Amino acid sequence: MYSASDLRKGLKIQIDGAPYVITEFEFSKPGKGQALYRCKMRNMISGNQFTNTYRSNDKFEKAALEERKMQYLYNQGDEYHFMDNETYEQLFITAEQLGDNTKLMVDNMEVQVLLFDDKPIDVSLPIFVNLVVTQADPWAKGDTSGTDTKPVTVETGYELQVPPFVEEGDKIQIDTRTGQYVTRVKE
Amino acid sequence: MLSLKELQLRAALFQAIRKFFCQNQFLEVDTPIRQPVIIPESNIQPVASGEAFLQTSPELCMKRLLVAGCRRIFQICQCFRKEEMGRHHLEEFTMLEWYRSGADYHNLMRDCEELLSYIFQQLAQNIAGDVGFQSNSLILNDSFSLEKPWRRITVAEAFSAWSPRSLGDALSADLFDEILVEHIEPKLGFAGPVFLIDYPISMASLARPKEGSTDYAERFELYINGIEIANGFSELTNTLEQRLRFETEIAVISEKSGDNREMPEKFLSDLGRMHDAAGIALGIDRLFMLISGKTCIYDAVSFSPDDM
Repeated sequence: MYSASDLRKGLKIQIDGAPYVITEFEFSKPGKGQALYRCKMRNMISGNQFTNTYRSNDKFEKAALEERKMQYLYNQGDEYHFMDNETYEQLFITAEQLGDNTKLMVDNMEVQVLLFDDKPIDVSLPIFVNLVVTQADPWAKGDTSGTDTKPVTVETGYELQVPPFVEEGDKIQIDTRTGQYVTRVKE
Repeated sequence: MLSLKELQLRAALFQAIRKFFCQNQFLEVDTPIRQPVIIPESNIQPVASGEAFLQTSPELCMKRLLVAGCRRIFQICQCFRKEEMGRHHLEEFTMLEWYRSGADYHNLMRDCEELLSYIFQQLAQNIAGDVGFQSNSLILNDSFSLEKPWRRITVAEAFSAWSPRSLGDALSADLFDEILVEHIEPKLGFAGPVFLIDYPISMASLARPKEGSTDYAERFELYINGIEIANGFSELTNTLEQRLRFETEIAVISEKSGDNREMPEKFLSDLGRMHDAAGIALGIDRLFMLISGKTCIYDAVSFSPDDM
């Protein structure tokens, strides 16, 4: 159990059988009054948000969450299949649940799968992924048009802005938290 | 951690405060930070220090100095309140307290008006001297005015203006604090400082009842930008009533946490000889946060808990 003083941004708690993550947190205490803990929370399954204010004697259940290291195998339409490398257990997650993650996932990639009551609800990709550029305009040397980036497409079909020297066939590192270019990777 | 410029600005704030009070014939005092018996307040958790406590405020000692013959005193000191951490809260913070004998809460509100005007005037140089430095400072905010008199609004008026429930309803439903935080504080003190005055007697703390009223106490809070900056009141000098309020608080603390807190007997015995007086506590870190243009109190102190 958590008490109100444990509440903070990012903490995951369980309310009425559903996991919630605290997205905004504000401690307040009006003069001579009692401590109030105002939390904005997001239901980790439905995505619904709500705000509530708690007092110091309120208690909270920990969300029954489990993180497992799994390997992305393949997708069949909207179903993305993953395997636990230790137990060989397989499961699938829908494209809708994965959201933008699908844009940066390649076969055999190791990911963290978040389960709630043994059901997958979210996937975290490694912070940095290396992907091959499949389409890029050539770099016109001496181009002084003033733009310092150009658009390229990587093997997953994801499009992003990169420095002009990146060429087709290059491998580049992308930060999955921002979806942005980090560096060119030498093999 | 503060930058050198910010440390200089903070030092200028301390100097301005000291100059203001010296010019107004206040005596600077210092009292023990570590105390064997503190005010029993059920909403404030003290930090224990061996068999004693670190002060949650210097209130008791300063009032005893009034009884000892001081007429006007001020103090700048560290106070400690456990588990108060947030954008506007630090477990260890810097408090300014001042007391006037022969005065009431109206005098203190005028002191606030004078003090802040003086501080802004003294620090304007520091702020303006550095182009771009602390451009969010309240001192440079043209839509914020210190023009006197500042607005005074009673708690009852504030509830009828902004609360979804009446003050009476809020009190009986035990929702006073929630409504204050959610509906009233966000309305207070954006064009200029505002005094929220005349608190319900159940929140009187060590304040005396308003003359001719049994429902309200002569207590006020100063608000700037929706943030509580200071809490002042006309002191309760009725020993019996003060003892009863302490007894209630001690019982609540014992029920809530199982802690047995002692009655501040030496204070109560001095209180019997205290004349009319008024006292106020002002959070210096919060004031500095506004002056230095920060939105989090952690960025307004030399070392925040994150820096330690």
